[in-house]
Amino acid sequence: MALITSKSFIDRLIQENFKFFTGVPCSLLSGLISHLEEVEEAKYIPSVREDAAVGLCAGAYMAGSMPVLLMQNSGLGYCLNAFTSLNLIYRIPVLVIMSWRGQGGKDAPEHIIMGDINQKLLETAGMDYSVLKPENLDQVLETAKRKINEEKLPYTLIVEKGLFDERH
Amino acid sequence: MKGTEAFQELLPLLGDEPVVHANGFICRESFSIKDREENFYMIGSMGLASSIGLGVALCKPDRKVIVLDGDGNVLMSMGTLAMISAEAPNNLVHVVIDNEVYESTGKQRSISNAVPLEQVAKSAGYRQAVRVDKKEEIKPAFEKLMNSEGPVFLLIKVEPCFDPKTGRVTHTPEEITERFMKSLR
Repeated sequence: MALITSKSFIDRLIQENFKFFTGVPCSLLSGLISHLEEVEEAKYIPSVREDAAVGLCAGAYMAGSMPVLLMQNSGLGYCLNAFTSLNLIYRIPVLVIMSWRGQGGKDAPEHIIMGDINQKLLETAGMDYSVLKPENLDQVLETAKRKINEEKLPYTLIVEKGLFDERH
Repeated sequence: MKGTEAFQELLPLLGDEPVVHANGFICRESFSIKDREENFYMIGSMGLASSIGLGVALCKPDRKVIVLDGDGNVLMSMGTLAMISAEAPNNLVHVVIDNEVYESTGKQRSISNAVPLEQVAKSAGYRQAVRVDKKEEIKPAFEKLMNSEGPVFLLIKVEPCFDPKTGRVTHTPEEITERFMKSLR
């Protein structure tokens, strides 16, 4: 099984031409953001809210960049209107890296409900996703790129606790 | 000055700049007066015109990028003023038509009568923030800001005057994306 680290994952995304990153942090994504702040080939722009990050990514895409939005699943609620009334109807793609807090009902109380429903929300909105695993990286990236480049729609990679190193 | 008069004054000053429009009255009024391929009409996703414009400005540093916003949108996404100030794209011009109401939904009051948005923008860190109240002030203020280092903010105070019979944007959202992207290439 191939190893996946924050560095290898970000480097792979950059290699795939994803060079515009923004989002709102989550501890599960902290290693990714730390690495992003160190690399020169990509830009990471801190957003104040997840829906503002969706807007930022939409502008970046239309101006010729390939954007990536990093967020906790708690941000999904803020983003739903942006996804449904901007990205999905305008065909503006974005790669979403979403951490899965509350998975299996074991987490702080504020994460339990969203942890239970985040996939159902994506499915209800008609948005495709995969749960990222070290062994399916190549396959899900191919699927994501097809969704983004051919259908021009968002694609979400869900990140479980422990996939990437945490820095705090 | 009526809202429509502000658009009639402002739109002829545009060249080939990409303009990201806030939803509602802003989109519909601008589309009805003069449709342009460089116009991105954001018909939904209220509050996001400013962040979309920021994304365009950061990725097209050689083009002046205009956000044509409304008071309701700015109030909804005040945090984006902070993001624009932090990234400080020198090519971003943020124009806000402030009628102090949510006009296209029936003129319910916003709270911009109590909150001077140009002061908010200035405090957030825009390089300049100017308020105009009279029609004659629009041209000199806009031209000065277009020739200044951004991000800059122009607040145009207007009276509501929207005619609900004003047409909606007739292009499909996909068409809006395609032609806007083409105009940016």
